[in-house]
Amino acid sequence: MSALLPVVEAPLRRFPSLDLDCELATAWLEAFLRDELLERRGVARAVVGLSGGVDSAVTAFLCARALGPQNLTCIRMPYVSSGADSLADARAVVETLGCNERTIEITAAVDGYLQFEPQADARRRGNVMARTRMIVLFDQSAKLGALPIGTGNKTERLMGYFTWHADDSPPLNPLGDLFKTQVWALARHLGVPDRIVAKAPSADLEANQTDEADLGITYLEADRILSLMLTGYADAKIVARGFAPADVALVRGRVESTHWKRHLPTTAMLSSTAINEYYLRPVDF
Amino acid sequence: MKLAIVQTKPRKGDVAANLAELAEVFAQLAAEDAPYDLVVLPEAALTGYFLEGGVYDLAFTAEDLAARLAGLWRASPGATRGTLDLAVGFFENAGGTFYNSALYLEIGPLAHRIVHVHRKMFLPTYGVFDEERFLSRGRRLQAFDTRFGRMALLICEDAWHAIMPTLAALKGARTLIVPSASPGRGLAAGGELESVTHWRNVLRSYAVEHGMYVLYAGLAGFEGGKGMTGSSALIDPFGETVARLPALGAHILRAEVDFSEIDIARARLPLLGDLGAVLPDLLYDDELTPAFARRVEGRTA
Repeated sequence: MSALLPVVEAPLRRFPSLDLDCELATAWLEAFLRDELLERRGVARAVVGLSGGVDSAVTAFLCARALGPQNLTCIRMPYVSSGADSLADARAVVETLGCNERTIEITAAVDGYLQFEPQADARRRGNVMARTRMIVLFDQSAKLGALPIGTGNKTERLMGYFTWHADDSPPLNPLGDLFKTQVWALARHLGVPDRIVAKAPSADLEANQTDEADLGITYLEADRILSLMLTGYADAKIVARGFAPADVALVRGRVESTHWKRHLPTTAMLSSTAINEYYLRPVDF
Repeated sequence: MKLAIVQTKPRKGDVAANLAELAEVFAQLAAEDAPYDLVVLPEAALTGYFLEGGVYDLAFTAEDLAARLAGLWRASPGATRGTLDLAVGFFENAGGTFYNSALYLEIGPLAHRIVHVHRKMFLPTYGVFDEERFLSRGRRLQAFDTRFGRMALLICEDAWHAIMPTLAALKGARTLIVPSASPGRGLAAGGELESVTHWRNVLRSYAVEHGMYVLYAGLAGFEGGKGMTGSSALIDPFGETVARLPALGAHILRAEVDFSEIDIARARLPLLGDLGAVLPDLLYDDELTPAFARRVEGRTA
């Protein structure tokens, strides 16, 4: 009789790795910021809008490392309904980094417009706040001879969970190709205060709002599904790896209904010299 | 043979500034006591890589580029002591047809000579790449004779297809020069980008399989958020990485190269000789030859 041979079971790869070599990522993103700011544009200073959340905290940490904290100005822009914790958490980032800080309350500017639109719902009000914050960031940048640095992560960009031409408008974005869970890992590596990394992410446009409640899925599940989706797996294959069909449908629906948010405006093409159709030049040309 | 691999970090589209910077590099090289014999530069070394339609504004003829580089080298104090060979990647305008090319040039004290121009055959047109939208494919892989033995040039994706260094070696090349512009991707783990690891693995495998020196010149610097991964390297015919530059920033790799090492490596591991003997059996295979025959008929029809 022959003995059975021992079997080594190959592990099932349920989803592509979301692992991040944080030391390498930090070095790469610092070099990105220095190259794009100092060398390409000759700009030594950066402005970051600090919300008290993890994305803007990580962005500020990276800018401080790349440019020196003296060349970073963090701006807190609370609206009257913004959480007091958010302001305190943003202050903790500034204190840790030793960078410049300015607090500019946007309530008067936002309400100056919204008084004419008292019926505006929460979504519209949130968009007005986000766009007002960008007015402040761009103007402060002009004043300081700085560039505003974007803070949007890959998950929110893919889910369309941001205000178009607001959060996505700064000319440089170091985190835009990192999923939210990777931003958390990077935050821990960089020494972002624990409270900020641990708290539930929130757009803080309304009281007790959380991203995950808004989105209807946790970031961890969303990131895993998104990474499979972007790698090219069909929904049935993703479900076969153990994800809930409803979650996969939710993520797919959000991605596919928001492609426009990741592009510039649609322009009617009328000639064979149409910009970005025929006349093609890269952004750094 | 004294070699410099110059890892450049060009300013996008600013040829004048990049030539001025190269003049400074040349001055630095020419100031050394022992003269250099061969200088290797990356792909798109004088313009940057991602040019889109800008490639038509910034392409050189091979003759024009050769004359400019020869003039630039000779203008460096002390440069005219001997002859310098120079390999560089550039966008080529060949009578209105545009290629991603690499030039091998011999610069004497008084005259220069174009030894070879290789036109990139594998134009990446997927993902972040869009070369074939703007450029034409090179149609021929050739090895060429230099003062330092027979060589071949492979540009970037040319060298990601194992058949290319294999054919180059079969055509007699003993040294592979690989100018490249590789945007980094993959930050999962391991202390280097996954694309850099892939480059290292494939180049080492070619060097050891065919007993060749591999001179890899990688472009550096960020281009619209895409970080070129430098990592220029000299790999010996035993597959050992003799020296390697960092991924980020402009650097010079300086090395003394002894081409007689190739004979030792090939004698010890005569895989290339074995391949030459078996190659006819591999190529004249019923599963391959009908397909070749159809293509040849189609081309002549």
